[in-house]
Amino acid sequence: MYTISSFFKSTIGRKILMALTGLVLVLFVMGHMLGNLQIFLGPDAINAYAYKLHEVLPSSALWAVRVFLLICIAVHIWMAVLLTIENRRARPQAYLKQRPVQATYASRTMRMSGVILFAFIIFHIAHYTVRVVPGMLYDELNVLDSTKVPLFKDGLAVVKEGETVPTFNVYDMMIDGFEVWWVSAFYITATGLLCLHLTHGVSSMFQTVGLRNQLWRQRLDRAALLYGWVVFLGFAIIPAAVLSGLLENDPRYEQATSAAHPNISEQVVIAHD
Amino acid sequence: MEKTMNLILKVWRQRRRDDVGQFHMYELQNVSEDSSFLEMMDSLSEELVSRGEEPVAFDHDCREGICGMCSMTINGVPHGPERATTACQLHMRHFNDGQIITIEPWRAKPFPVIKDLVVDRSPFDRIIQSGGFITARTGSAVDANEIPISKQTADFAMDAAACIGCGACVAACPNASAMLFTAAKVTHMNSLPQGKAEQDRRTLAMVTTMDREGFGGCTNVGECEAACPKVISLDMIAHLNRDYLSAQTKNFLKPVQ
Ligand code: HEM
Ligand code: FES
Repeated sequence: MYTISSFFKSTIGRKILMALTGLVLVLFVMGHMLGNLQIFLGPDAINAYAYKLHEVLPSSALWAVRVFLLICIAVHIWMAVLLTIENRRARPQAYLKQRPVQATYASRTMRMSGVILFAFIIFHIAHYTVRVVPGMLYDELNVLDSTKVPLFKDGLAVVKEGETVPTFNVYDMMIDGFEVWWVSAFYITATGLLCLHLTHGVSSMFQTVGLRNQLWRQRLDRAALLYGWVVFLGFAIIPAAVLSGLLENDPRYEQATSAAHPNISEQVVIAHD
Repeated sequence: MEKTMNLILKVWRQRRRDDVGQFHMYELQNVSEDSSFLEMMDSLSEELVSRGEEPVAFDHDCREGICGMCSMTINGVPHGPERATTACQLHMRHFNDGQIITIEPWRAKPFPVIKDLVVDRSPFDRIIQSGGFITARTGSAVDANEIPISKQTADFAMDAAACIGCGACVAACPNASAMLFTAAKVTHMNSLPQGKAEQDRRTLAMVTTMDREGFGGCTNVGECEAACPKVISLDMIAHLNRDYLSAQTKNFLKPVQ
């Protein structure tokens, strides 16, 4: 009598899809933030992290994760659009004045924060993943060169079969990317909106799948507020640190014309297979 | 001495279902602060009739907060500014002398205006008809303790059953969603042993009817709970979401009859 499509057509089913895809994104965002924060451990740490993601992890796995995340974003937005259309249709005539009694600002602006986040996600992928945003400093330096920087482990360059193992210089790319003030401003604003989106969303998704009650509403609302702020501070601190000069380009590669052969006197060979 | 006030009322007037309505301004003098909002509306009507004008049509019945008929949005809030209060139980002492009061009908596509402040709420009846009952003939009432029900469950079901179906939840929701109403009706039945047997069928049917009637979806903003004269909690919606997810899962494995 009820087909599987009745689930996807119902307002509750659609909302459950939003909650589940939202959960995936919420968890991804935390992982991504922790990954990024390694920039404060120095260039070697974050470049080694990039090495693990790009070279150690099979590229099929990396692509699987990417495609999965993109599907989640697509489904999340698709459901948001469908629900928004249905919701608008359900109230063709607005009130002369409607006063929100207890709805939070975040809950009333989910679409605004969501749409700007979507624009940000596109920019972010163009900026740091595909690297096609024109006028970026990282074009001028050689960081994007296929010739990369050596992989370091415990301060020592890793050598495999007699050659230093190259890795992607994600450290300098991030610094160069954020030295453009408006890029940093956009990142900080967007993560602020992500904070707003999450202060409602993280608690709301529990309600949507039916795992919330009076007692847990309060707790989850507080947890969502905390989560939102942690995510905001965790992301925004990097562009802020670059703009304020706290994080600077790796001096070892500053003058090197070819990033592949920097002057590293204390280079020691580690066997690594 | 009884205090009185003069008010300026901005009331939605609409002759018929398909007419375009508009606001009319009325001045009303000497309103007793002890009168209820509906009594104030009555005196407006009396004055209009004495002037040979059409009185303002509005729904009302019990005037003691239990029937759910009185439906009006007062200054942008369904049933007005007091929490847990229907318009009929709202007293004029919550308003000030000289205040402009805007009075509008519930605004939702599934609730078309019939006249002035009166809307057609029959979509609620159809939601109930699709599953808000127990099929089995239960005969006359059994002994109160025949079926043991824990106090917690009984209280929860009672809280859900407090819904008077006034529609303030739909009126307050920015999406004109009927989730709080449907959730209260579904939960009331689903949480008791007598209703459990048909839980999945009921949940699927009532949610399907709710969506078909053209109500919006829930975005968990909580305005319905704030407007509800019976303070029905968002917990009911969580409960409905959970029952719906479980009913759809069971239906996927083996179609629910
Ligand atoms: C990093 C990206 C994002 C994350 C982590 C995220 C997370 C979430 C979460 C957890 C929810 C709650 C689901 C629920 O209420 O059950 C939600 C709701 C929502 N999201 Fe997102 N979202 C993201 C991006 C977007 C984007 C790009 C849009 C844009 C169109 C969007 C629009 C919405 C809307 C409209 C809602 C429903 C609002 C409501 O429940 O009131 N989100 N999001
Ligand atoms: S008239 Fe019955 S609840 Fe107001």
